Amino acid sequence: MSLDTPALDLQTRGCRDTPILKERGQREVFCGLTGIIWLHRKMQDAFFLVVGSRTCAHLLQSAAGVMIFAEPRFGTAILEEKDLAGLADANTELDREVARLLARRPDIKQLFLVGSCPSEVIKLDLARAAERLTTLHAPHVRVYNYSGSGIETTFTQGEDACLAAMVPTLASTTARELLVVGALPDVVEDQCLSLLAQLGIGPVRMLPARRSADLPAVGPNTVFALVQPFLGDTHAALIRRGATHLPAAFPFGEEGTTAWLWAVAQAFGVPRAQFDGVTAAPRARAAKAVAAHASTLNGKSVFFFPDSQLEIPLARFLARECGMTPIEVGTPFLHAAITGPDLDLLPEGPVISEGQDVERQLDRQHAARPDLTVCGLGLANPLEAKGHTTKWAIELVFTPVHFYEQAGDLAGLFSRPLRRKALLTAPITCSQISRGPGQSPGGQP
Amino acid sequence: MKLTLWTYEGPPHVGAMRVATGMTGLHYVLHAPQGDTYADLLFTMIERRNHRPPVTYTTFQARDLGADTANLFKDAARDAYARFKPQAMIVGASCTAELIQDDPGGLAEAIGLPCPVIPLDLPSYQRKENFGADETFHQICRALVKPMPRTETITCNILGATALGFRHRDDVAEITKLLGLMGIAVNVAAPMGASPADIARMGQAHFNVLLYPETGESAARWLERSCNQPYTKTVPIGVGATRDFLHEVAALTGLSPQVDESGLRLPWWSASVDSTYLTGKRVFIFGDATHVIAAARIAATEIGFEVVGMGCYNREFARPLRAAAKAYGLEALITDDYLEVEDAIAAAAPELILGTQQERHIGKRLGIPCAVISSPVHVQDFPARYSPQMGFEGANVIFDSWIHPLVMGLEEHLLTMFREDFEFHSDAGPSHHGAKADLREIGDVAPVADLAGGALPPGFAPPRDIYEQMTTAEAAQAGPVWQAAAERELKKIPFFVRGKAKRNTESYAAEKGVAEISVETLYEAKAHYAR
Repeated sequence: MSLDTPALDLQTRGCRDTPILKERGQREVFCGLTGIIWLHRKMQDAFFLVVGSRTCAHLLQSAAGVMIFAEPRFGTAILEEKDLAGLADANTELDREVARLLARRPDIKQLFLVGSCPSEVIKLDLARAAERLTTLHAPHVRVYNYSGSGIETTFTQGEDACLAAMVPTLASTTARELLVVGALPDVVEDQCLSLLAQLGIGPVRMLPARRSADLPAVGPNTVFALVQPFLGDTHAALIRRGATHLPAAFPFGEEGTTAWLWAVAQAFGVPRAQFDGVTAAPRARAAKAVAAHASTLNGKSVFFFPDSQLEIPLARFLARECGMTPIEVGTPFLHAAITGPDLDLLPEGPVISEGQDVERQLDRQHAARPDLTVCGLGLANPLEAKGHTTKWAIELVFTPVHFYEQAGDLAGLFSRPLRRKALLTAPITCSQISRGPGQSPGGQP
Repeated sequence: MKLTLWTYEGPPHVGAMRVATGMTGLHYVLHAPQGDTYADLLFTMIERRNHRPPVTYTTFQARDLGADTANLFKDAARDAYARFKPQAMIVGASCTAELIQDDPGGLAEAIGLPCPVIPLDLPSYQRKENFGADETFHQICRALVKPMPRTETITCNILGATALGFRHRDDVAEITKLLGLMGIAVNVAAPMGASPADIARMGQAHFNVLLYPETGESAARWLERSCNQPYTKTVPIGVGATRDFLHEVAALTGLSPQVDESGLRLPWWSASVDSTYLTGKRVFIFGDATHVIAAARIAATEIGFEVVGMGCYNREFARPLRAAAKAYGLEALITDDYLEVEDAIAAAAPELILGTQQERHIGKRLGIPCAVISSPVHVQDFPARYSPQMGFEGANVIFDSWIHPLVMGLEEHLLTMFREDFEFHSDAGPSHHGAKADLREIGDVAPVADLAGGALPPGFAPPRDIYEQMTTAEAAQAGPVWQAAAERELKKIPFFVRGKAKRNTESYAAEKGVAEISVETLYEAKAHYAR
């Protein structure tokens, strides 16, 4: 690829102008509350308190898996019948629960009141509650509010809502600093910072920061780059603070990482020779690691159900670096300003769909019979049982996949289900919980 | 408001999903916001189902709020009927839809679907998952079951098994086999495995077998009233309960309760001398009331444990559990707060916990062995192999799964005999083979200063020693002081009983007003507490 004009290949057009298939109907997605599960690991002095129902608590415990047993820094204040009767009461109740929580966890410096569908529908004013509680518990604890409700947010948008809520409270600065936005696993964050340091770019700030004391300042000379594509509101909030966005392809794979770094390097006047010197070795490593998996993936077709908004950059990576053919790339939301550079690189061909009508999308998937289907855990096993090969999408959010050193792992996540399918030789037969014909009531041993 | 981290039960609409997913030919239209579809993965992942749960969600979003959501519901119901052509539908609201007050029952009726549509009223802010399942099955029976002439041969229905039920799949199979041995055929097993058409012919059975009161009792009572079908009150978990159950069925049918017990091994396994060391082992039992009551009977009368704690998380069954606990001289613990359960377990200091997946983790934290006897459970407790809890094979399964976490008898004796052995000492971990072993110099005695600190390998050591914690707290209040020699002697006691020995010695010393614990005090206390 050409670094200076990463827009188009000579052979194929990109997808920037492809008409989007917009669908509404049943959506098979997580709500934004799930973002808490990785955000609380990243922000080490923060507690996330969901104000919601038993359903919210049940969702978090189902999604967090065994993490729920490790005394995590999140919980749910479950609304009860009496909270629904009168709203004044709900505020007093919330104050009491927060005071108890903070007394039990004195290490907490940031408390997030996270809105849910029930709290939004009864219009419980959590923004005012956050202000009141900030005053009450100042200066030790800062209380924020955002909504992770399903009616407003889909899966990774929870992180966007959380970070966007923090932006207006960040300190002001006039310094020209790079702000890298999006929660990354610590190991990946360190790799990113190390590459930027070698390029002579600094100081570099992160949002979110690991601890509240390290929160970045922001101002008219701040330049920010996103490492996650789902940060639309945070993007807008930073621009409102006067910061400048560096549009770039997302750092997935060798090519994506290089494009991302080059966009930053250009903004900070890094000479091309220095850039090549710093990136040559890790680029070669990444390309070699990806090649090991590309042989499995090459020529295979892939179908993305909407989940995390990572779908477009990932489809670009699979198409260009692994030789796959995307058939449909579904995304819950499409921010053209943010994913534009990836759309430019994604070879023309796939249906780009936004939103979902899951039954119709399943019909399309069934008709297309893709070699690999990327979907959520509610769909994966049912599709496997029908003979499709699936890659469950949530792992792509929970696993380190960004930047050079993870490029091979990222390709590996997609090649593993295909390699496994080739390894297993025993055919799947009708199990006792199948709904196929010939099922005896209750099953027999 | 109540701050919650872990919940034993989901919301009631998840209970309704358990009924719908267990059945065939039934579809559930759930008025719910985007995101509530998370519940699908409980069925596709934990129970590893190979189909999507038969649930259509309206998945409304913020922009739909207002008059739109009612139309959204109607469209979803119409589309679901057109696509899935179910024999019957159930309709209801999740917690958020309950607040926006569309009426799913009325809306579904208004569009006039060509199949029975059963409205569900599940109060999300008061009730929980088990209620949701019980009420849903009850409403389905009310809508579809009619009194019918009895079958010519003696048949029964099996009530209560649902999707995501702890060992429901194999329990139904085991009880079907057992009834077959008595000459009774199963008319319908429901909800799991039944279609609405099957439900409609439930009236022709002679009686009902209620396997799980939590999810089938309302339906059983209603069938008793409307179809004049008696139902069984004994849940056949354990040898004694299974025999009682067979006698109960015999009384209902006039058939002989004598069946082939040649596959039953628990009584002999339990009687064999290798099991003698199980006598009086202290066991704490927590879960849903039905499984706890059954487990206590097995523990006390079939294995010979001492039951030192009993409790359940489902308040609906508090009364029978309290009565059962009283028979063991215990006060039942009725709570859905796992921190209370953890405190009660720490206070009872049992040698074995029987509980849910939460108690498994409490057990890990406290360093106490645990076996799982009740929902909620994780994926490993939906096993591929045949493993019922009920009937005679269930008793075999229970014996194996409860005993395995305990240190085996011979091993226990060897550990006692060779305590402080150079390669078999308590810090060496579960194996003293190979490079992992932390071998001690022969004759080396740990210095007193090290006594509190010797860490076990990760994954084996209890991350938090409750006994240590208690004694530090007590020490702060000027409790008895351990002499160095006594502390060294204490260290020679195998680690898995050392906590108890330490605690007993200290309370003995406090009782006797002894300020310093010597080796003699240790052994006096041992004699005092000997059983």
